[in-house]
Amino acid sequence: MKLTLKIWRQENASAAGAMHTYELDGVSQDMSFLEMLDLLNEQLVTSGQEPVAFDSDCREGICGTCSLMINGEAHGPEVTTTCQLHMRSFSDGETITIEPWRADPFPVLKDLIVDRSAFDRIIQSGGYISANTGSAPEANSVPAPRDKAMRAFNVATCIGCGACVAACPNGSASLFMGAKITALGELPQGQPERYSRVVDMVAQHDAEGFGGCTNIGECTSACPKEIPLDVISQLNKDLRTAIAQGR
Amino acid sequence: MATPTLVKGARATRSTIALKLAMAVSGIVFIGYVLAHMYGNLKAFAGHDAYNSYAHHLREFGEPMLPYEGFLWIMRVVLILALVVHVGSAAALWRRANNARTVKYEVKKNKGSSLSSRTMRWGGLAILFFVIWHLIHFTIGKVNPAGGETNDPYNLMVESFDLWWMTLIYLAAMLALGMHLHHGTFSALQTLGFTNTATSRARARMAGWVVAVVIAGGFSLVPLFTLFGVITK
Repeated sequence: MKLTLKIWRQENASAAGAMHTYELDGVSQDMSFLEMLDLLNEQLVTSGQEPVAFDSDCREGICGTCSLMINGEAHGPEVTTTCQLHMRSFSDGETITIEPWRADPFPVLKDLIVDRSAFDRIIQSGGYISANTGSAPEANSVPAPRDKAMRAFNVATCIGCGACVAACPNGSASLFMGAKITALGELPQGQPERYSRVVDMVAQHDAEGFGGCTNIGECTSACPKEIPLDVISQLNKDLRTAIAQGR
Repeated sequence: MATPTLVKGARATRSTIALKLAMAVSGIVFIGYVLAHMYGNLKAFAGHDAYNSYAHHLREFGEPMLPYEGFLWIMRVVLILALVVHVGSAAALWRRANNARTVKYEVKKNKGSSLSSRTMRWGGLAILFFVIWHLIHFTIGKVNPAGGETNDPYNLMVESFDLWWMTLIYLAAMLALGMHLHHGTFSALQTLGFTNTATSRARARMAGWVVAVVIAGGFSLVPLFTLFGVITK
């Protein structure tokens, strides 16, 4: 496969960036998208140019480190992460536009790498439970209803990649927050902090500069883990309850 | 705008979700109002006297407990308050959304959103401008674009909608209203936290369709049937 790549290049967080165009030949359709970028970087390094910086870690779709806005879609055209996206999803001779996540709370550090520590602070502000450490508790001492446990586990698949923010026209992190609020709020262990959690996490979300949710649904379409939109309803419901409690 | 510190003293009422809740509640007030307004307009099919006596009855509604036009003024105050809350929250959230992405994408595709959901802000502004014109037309100014009398509500309505371009303006406004209600109804239910399952979410989307078609469609009947000569003086 022969491709034309239009890639955002930016020296560092304070430099101005621009789109650069590269021609890449010899791409196999069995390559993952990141392997295709590795191939480009090999060529850039060989010709004495600076390689394109991008995030990756596990390369098996479970860590949430890779990102990339590919032809206007977060993680590209398939419902998966960029590392699990393969070049067979593209055609020979295609022009592919690759951009970093665009959101002011996710500042670009270099090229395609953004700083997602805003998510860490949202988790830090409320994404925890109080539990005694030390010996493991008796597994059956706290029963969890099956339907609630299933819902919690289904949304706990969120890997915090930030695709929801990248796809949202408002730059809102509501799907991410909703997934965390729902995963913890459905289980008995999450109850003690349930309503202070939602207030603290939303306040941190707002302070980081993320936008408000307009229930458009771009986030859930972009989510590689298919987190459903109802976690945002759960987030709203928990916040409404917190208001009623005078928090 | 990312902040390296954790927020202290967080308050639920100062959050973006509280703004969204204010939008949802004020929006539901508007849905109730336009539903009643649409129903009242259908009196046009009952003829000149029924329509005008309905308009007059609205002014006497609740007498003698309420003064003349008392009910109307209560409605007006409630609607103005709802408008201030709705537009004020929308402006604050619009500004936030713009600040959340100051560098735009070169290429951005829409995958999961409806056209109506993406046009809420400009559509809402269009409806606001239409409402200003509508009030000048029928309430505050009483303008007859056909050049006739303005003191008879039914005749003013019929003469206005006999002009094709007036009917067109009103139909365009109803398209904007229908789209706003289509996403707005669903969005309000989601913001209020009533859509926690796939089934309830599907029902909320259906409610959006029903509210949009019934209200915008119901409103459109009178201008259309006037233009085509069914409703006449």
